[in-house]
Amino acid sequence: MNSAEFLLWVRGSGLQIALWIFLFGMLIRLLEIFLLGRKKNLAELRASGTAAGLRTMISRSLPPGGNIIHRPRFTFVAGYAFHIGLFVVIFFLTPHIQVIESLTGLAWPALPTPVVDIFTVISLVAMLALLWHRLASRLLNFLSNGGDYLAWTLTFMPLLTGYMAYHHLWFPYTGLLAAHILSVELLLILFPFTKLTHTFTIFIARWYNGMMAGEKGVQS
Amino acid sequence: MSKTSLERGLNILREQIDSPTAAFFSSCVHCGLCAQACLFYTETCNPAYIPIRKLEPMRRLWEQEYTLTGKLKKLLGLSRPITHEELEQWQELVYNSCSLCGRCSLVCPAGLDLTYMIRKFREGMAASGHAPEGLIGATTRAVELGSPMGVTLKALEAQAKHVKADSGLDIPFDVEGAEYLVLLSSMEIINYPEYLQAVARIFHQAKKTWTISSEAFEATNSGIQIGVSDIAAELVQRVVDAAEKLRVKTVISPECGHAYTAIRWEGPNLIGRPFGFRVRHILEVLDELREQGLLQVEGVEDARMTFHDPCQLVRRGGVIEAPRNLIRMVARNFVEMKDHGKMNWCCGAGGGVSANEDAAEIRLKAFKRKKKQLERLQVDGLVTACANCRIQIEEGLEENDMDMPVIGLTEMLASHLKDEEAREGGAT
Repeated sequence: MNSAEFLLWVRGSGLQIALWIFLFGMLIRLLEIFLLGRKKNLAELRASGTAAGLRTMISRSLPPGGNIIHRPRFTFVAGYAFHIGLFVVIFFLTPHIQVIESLTGLAWPALPTPVVDIFTVISLVAMLALLWHRLASRLLNFLSNGGDYLAWTLTFMPLLTGYMAYHHLWFPYTGLLAAHILSVELLLILFPFTKLTHTFTIFIARWYNGMMAGEKGVQS
Repeated sequence: MSKTSLERGLNILREQIDSPTAAFFSSCVHCGLCAQACLFYTETCNPAYIPIRKLEPMRRLWEQEYTLTGKLKKLLGLSRPITHEELEQWQELVYNSCSLCGRCSLVCPAGLDLTYMIRKFREGMAASGHAPEGLIGATTRAVELGSPMGVTLKALEAQAKHVKADSGLDIPFDVEGAEYLVLLSSMEIINYPEYLQAVARIFHQAKKTWTISSEAFEATNSGIQIGVSDIAAELVQRVVDAAEKLRVKTVISPECGHAYTAIRWEGPNLIGRPFGFRVRHILEVLDELREQGLLQVEGVEDARMTFHDPCQLVRRGGVIEAPRNLIRMVARNFVEMKDHGKMNWCCGAGGGVSANEDAAEIRLKAFKRKKKQLERLQVDGLVTACANCRIQIEEGLEENDMDMPVIGLTEMLASHLKDEEAREGGAT
């Protein structure tokens, strides 16, 4: 199989397989969560908790208010830079929207490629900084395990290979593009079984947190 | 430690794992922000005290038994089983260095309610024989004597006599059909009997009927702090039986944070049915009286005062505005700490920490957070609404050579009550 044939395979069957594993895996993960169930709260409630739960789902993505703990500025800035950059790259690069359209029929306007390129660099730099921080900080180093580094690598590789392919860096374009798509497939396949699930489960977690606090009359 | 006790502990812990727990564990990315919210971490910088890490054995149990990946890893022999030795090591993290204050749960960007899980983890710890001695003692006394500090009805009756001698007011015991059933904490009966007198005077002025049950006057619940739901339920049931027998409309939780959580929020869930009466914290009741114009005060304090929010009242209980409304009635120079209300810092002794001798050292280290807050604010006095916070703060202040009066809010209000005769005279 030469690189052109390989590219064809990763674009076709490879992607199909990865997507199915991703979807099926996430379905299992969500079932694992929801099937456990939860006891009904029998205490006299101050409020239903629904509004508070929904608000917490969003509010924990927003910068903390003035009165909240002094978040370590680094984690805060690098965390935002990485996540926003990643979001823009995934959803606003023309070829990515084309792939999504071919799979789902949904499309939306793209951002100019040079703009997305800037966001890619922001993401890459922020990720490297976060990795350095994880290794250098006594607290984070102590807390981190293989799962954290695996999730980092799985996310970093598509960004890096995508950036290299776009700029035709060091390797032939076909090979780089194949490597990029392959790294995305690896990400998709392992997604449901790693910390990457947080992308979706944080909203469930925030819901429970906000809802349970809301029932007591606290906006969490 | 036997294999049976480990198995029993793990079984109990398995029962604790529910949808929220699974969603929480699925979402942690080890960002470390919970550490900055925890006073046991900020005051020691010991990474072992990072809140999420305190849950590690429980997280592993969840992963190994409730996720596909974990089950696969277990099958391939890639996962480490939970051992007695490990749980023994975790005792310090789950009990000594966590006051269940809930601050981490409020700042986690992923939304983990870590406190909810520590509370659950303690069930497994206690069942496997890894609860601290101090809490075992308190719980045993609570079950056998009705009070974690061993305070008997006789001691309470003696305090009632003092109140009568001081104020001329009777403390009503076992009055059927009274509006309020007043609960007390042992700490109040022994260390702050002023509370009882304050309640008597306020209700006398408001012309409200109230009573104490001779069968269930203790409000605190060691069963919750140690993590044994069966015992916690039994302690709640005593109060429920008394409230139903006396046909009261409202049960009043005293100036104690955990007592409030125990009876107000956990209570019905522990006994498995909703209550037929209301449960309110004394501050909520006082705020209701204020709204109805039944709390008549006179005189305003000029001293610069602040309020220490008991965690279980604010963050975990939703009693946020009531204390502020009440303090403003009698204090001109009321100032807030930088982090107050639902973002307050714990005193360092909640969640059973104060009953646990092993935690004596760390709890005073944790107090340094409150010390810093108070130093920044430069206040003349501190008001709070939890006997447990109060004793910790008094001890912490003394330890740090800080001289500052600490007072309970109910007591402060009572000291400003309008003179009964003067009021009645003025009305005619």
